Amino acid sequence: MTALVIAEHDNATIKAATLNTVTAAAACGADVHVLVAGENAQAAAQAAAQIAGVAKVIHADGASLKDGLAENLAAQVLQIAGNYSHILFPATAGGKNVAPRVAAKLDVAQISDITKVISADTFERPIYAGNAIATVQSGDSVKVITVRTTGFDAAPATGGVASVEAIAAVADSGKSRFVGSEIAKSDRPELTAAKIIVSGGRALGSAEKFNEVITPLADKLGAAIGASRAAVDAGYAPNDLQVGQTGKIVAPQLYIACGISGAIQHLAGMKDSKVIVAINKDPEAPIFSVADYGLEADLFQAVPELVKAL
Amino acid sequence: MKILVPVKRVVDYNVKVRVKSDGTGVDIANVKMSMNPFDEIAVEEAVRLKEKGAATEVIAVSCGVAQCQETLRTAMAIGADRAILVETDAELQPLAVAKLLKALVDKEQPGLIILGKQAIDDDANQTGQMLAALADLPQATFASKVEIAGDKANVTREIDGGLETLSLGLPAVVTTDLRLNEPRYVTLPNIMKAKKKPLETVKPEDLGVQVAPRLKTLKVAEPPKRGAGIKVPDVATLVAKLRNEAKVI
Repeated sequence: MTALVIAEHDNATIKAATLNTVTAAAACGADVHVLVAGENAQAAAQAAAQIAGVAKVIHADGASLKDGLAENLAAQVLQIAGNYSHILFPATAGGKNVAPRVAAKLDVAQISDITKVISADTFERPIYAGNAIATVQSGDSVKVITVRTTGFDAAPATGGVASVEAIAAVADSGKSRFVGSEIAKSDRPELTAAKIIVSGGRALGSAEKFNEVITPLADKLGAAIGASRAAVDAGYAPNDLQVGQTGKIVAPQLYIACGISGAIQHLAGMKDSKVIVAINKDPEAPIFSVADYGLEADLFQAVPELVKAL
Repeated sequence: MKILVPVKRVVDYNVKVRVKSDGTGVDIANVKMSMNPFDEIAVEEAVRLKEKGAATEVIAVSCGVAQCQETLRTAMAIGADRAILVETDAELQPLAVAKLLKALVDKEQPGLIILGKQAIDDDANQTGQMLAALADLPQATFASKVEIAGDKANVTREIDGGLETLSLGLPAVVTTDLRLNEPRYVTLPNIMKAKKKPLETVKPEDLGVQVAPRLKTLKVAEPPKRGAGIKVPDVATLVAKLRNEAKVI
């Protein structure tokens, strides 16, 4: 059995979610190959070859793979899919976009967002916003999987000595075209890989206040910034900071929820954090039911005070 | 241009589901069912495109039990023109739904198919992409903005770290994210009007599609419970606990 992990990368480096996906692939009991598909992605392919536990890196390089278009990337995966028992993507925006295309073309079910590998064909995955955990068994010959990265430790990024095999990039499908992107530049750790997350909710009241109150605490702790859906919908924080069932799923060492009431959809995205702190002035807020340390206080006083005390 | 909008009947998002004690699933007897929230956004977007003159007809589709008719009536109350129910009592997994939709796409020849990015029951996030693959169409998932310009759709997508814009040749598949629009409130006159709109029922066999599930659910269990911790009286105590007890800072 051999498993193929589709690397998430920026052509120069491998994104952290790839490392957790390698661990999940190894847990399936298979040899692990990694596909690096991009343009001028030699550095990323070399980095993938150093991931501990990876036997081989397959590097497809060409203009058709530059922007990660689902049509082209899926075609690239399908070209080599026949060699594999398992095909795993990280359950990131990129992985979720492409994996079902691959599964459908192979006429197999996809197993989304696995949090545990029970055996080579049986997996655990959360359903209903994590309010239930389903154990599912696949009868298909190939298992196409997306991996919830918080469910698996990261494989060491170094120590591996995989060979790198170059393959030709697929032709462009011609059906879709990349127009442009607006990626927020930030020196902060990535939300899904951060050790500490400071998250703000509707109680912040405005984008200015969100920035004024949350940012200093995140700076002090070297933390990533998250937000509840209510805060994002109100325009206090950009959409890619949303933590929850339909946003980012996070599990940092420390999650500090400021002015977040704790709707089940939000809890679904952060309840696997190691330590949860909730700061909220409503004693009945559901967030307190999952918080290790609850502070019943006005966040506009408590958060600046916390910044000073750290 | 026709727009096809698949909608799913799911447990209402306000309901906290309970796992059945025999571990076979979650208890959905007597709980409120609604249209999947992302699908509601999809219907709204399709109707807005029609109102702007970019589309001529909006067709809502649902696959599942007879009660999905209610979901389709809701879609028509928002503004869909007609509806198709692919009726079956069988368990439907995303691949099967994508195959049913592919058969309807072949029949109806829509210029655009708009779906919710994921259903809030199985949280699979697969059907739109699978349909796009089976129908060999381009896709733009997690859309926050859709513009039709001639035979192209320009779609802004929510991705990790920000936004990106794709230009798709039509026909194409789009899946909705939360911020694409805010669905309108359905008014009583529109609910009444929706009752008179055509709703056609077909069976999976009529479409020549095998819907047998590929994944077997062996067990459904409660997630590990996270106990509530303690309340701390002030910031100083909080900092002390984080330093000395939890040792996370």
